[in-house]
Amino acid sequence: MAIGVKVMKRPTSDVSYVRATLKGMALTFKKMFEPKVTMQYPEEKSAPEAERGAWTLSPRWRGTHRMLTDEQGRSKCVACGLCPQICPANCIKLVPGEDEEGNRYPLIYEIDEFRCVFCGYCQEVCPEEAIHVGVHYENAEYSRDRFVYDLERLSAQTHPVSTLWDPTDPKGE
Amino acid sequence: MSPEIKGLILVSAIKLIVVFTITLVGVALLTLMERKVSAWMQYRHGPNRVGFAGLLQPAADGLKNIIKEETFPGEANRVLFMLAPTLAFIPALMLGSVIHWAAPLQIDFDDFGSLLGGIPLVGGLLRTVVHALFGQITYHGLMPMAVADLPVGFLFVLAISSMGVYGIALAGWSSNSKYSLLGGLRATAQMISYEVAMGLSLVPVLMLSGNVALGEIIKSQQQGLWYILPLFISFFVFLVSGFAETNRLPFDMPEAESELIAGYHTEYSAMKFSMFFIAEYANMVTVAAMVTTLFFGGWDIPFTHWDEAPGIAQSLATALVMFLKVFCWLFFFMWIRWTLPRFRYDQLMALGWKVLLPIALAYVMVIGVAIYLTENVAGLTSPKAMMGVLFLLNLGLGYLVFVVLDRGTLIGGPQSRKPAAGDLPRAA
Repeated sequence: MAIGVKVMKRPTSDVSYVRATLKGMALTFKKMFEPKVTMQYPEEKSAPEAERGAWTLSPRWRGTHRMLTDEQGRSKCVACGLCPQICPANCIKLVPGEDEEGNRYPLIYEIDEFRCVFCGYCQEVCPEEAIHVGVHYENAEYSRDRFVYDLERLSAQTHPVSTLWDPTDPKGE
Repeated sequence: MSPEIKGLILVSAIKLIVVFTITLVGVALLTLMERKVSAWMQYRHGPNRVGFAGLLQPAADGLKNIIKEETFPGEANRVLFMLAPTLAFIPALMLGSVIHWAAPLQIDFDDFGSLLGGIPLVGGLLRTVVHALFGQITYHGLMPMAVADLPVGFLFVLAISSMGVYGIALAGWSSNSKYSLLGGLRATAQMISYEVAMGLSLVPVLMLSGNVALGEIIKSQQQGLWYILPLFISFFVFLVSGFAETNRLPFDMPEAESELIAGYHTEYSAMKFSMFFIAEYANMVTVAAMVTTLFFGGWDIPFTHWDEAPGIAQSLATALVMFLKVFCWLFFFMWIRWTLPRFRYDQLMALGWKVLLPIALAYVMVIGVAIYLTENVAGLTSPKAMMGVLFLLNLGLGYLVFVVLDRGTLIGGPQSRKPAAGDLPRAA
């Protein structure tokens, strides 16, 4: 019938409220003078691991995209169509074109960063190592349509690109 | 009206403006300090964006609160809902008027208008205006550095401080919200419970100083010892009740955000909320100033009698000392807040009625007998010697209270509660 509640005998030091209070106060007072852990954001920022500082981004970080260019400043993209094909979020719009010499290039290459799930498949699948996910996280804009990055904008990005993490080679060797 | 009365009004008005301004600015800065202290205790920096080291944060907060939308719950009692913040706010600010902030200052002027005439450029104009409007204004004598040096002293503080609960109770009731109502009721019950212990804890102070006027209590401490030494238990009871009266953690049952959202001010927004906030902090300043005045010698500078003669230097120095003491206590309040968890409601009531009240009552008896014995039987008349004897007595009593009594009895765990009639039986 009765509920068996085990009542434990506790040592005096555990049940003394004043002593416990003083102990707690000593602790909090000591903590006041210990180093702070807050990142002072606009002044301090998380840097990619290459420029390791107090705050680093994980090598697995996948941020907004970047299109790499060749020496002549043209994008490396050959409009093969693999990235829109593999993209699980269907956020890449690619219209291929061909110049007089038969080189394929993208007429339109747009990534909707709002639809993107940042899986990094586009970078993984790209045969030309043209499209990359970036090590970057500051993306604020004043309007939603600014989040559809076109080819020009993708090529103009300067942030470092992700070296996609490979599960079979976790340390990147 | 005689020139002397006009002089009294003028001096009081100036003191009123100064104290009111300093209190309000101080309260604003206290909110910043609270956030800073809490941050430091949690490895954080606290607000540091607005102004140098975040010093303008209170101004930003205030501005935000003024321009925010005032919300009214649909079913609220509009009149009382509007009135409640004021009722909490006014008593809180009134209390600052009886505190002695510095040593009294000797002031002599026959004619205030002529005094203003000494100011370059505008002096002549001011003199003419003052003479035309008010005629002669005279003040001679020792000016106490309190807005109102009331002869009823701490009785006034006890009376007015409990008025603040009307605001809280009405806010809780008029919001027409369960959480607010519970918060308001808790505040009322808590205030009544701890008012008793607080009042009783001040009886020994009255017995020792023979006066309730705060100025006289400070004088008595200057001649003898600071009352923290001869009346330590009183101090402890007063401090704990002070925490409860100001609804600060660990006694913030009326707010109890984990249980009641924000308690009595759940439904309040913008400036009305701000007024509750200011009231809470103003009450904190008052309790800190009262602890300082009653148990830490008020504006008295320790180990010197230099500050007892009137003078401008003395007034400034004692004001600084008073400020430092009050500041330490305010820090102590914050320190406790960010250290201790909140009591359970039954623990709160048990502490008030079953621990603090008996201790305070017994202490009144003990101190009464001790004062009688030292004065009339042992014949010690020097205040220092008498208070020294009381101090020795307090060492023993302190040991009793804090070591012998504090063995799981001050605050008990859930098992310490005696089973009530309706409770399920519990295995032994």
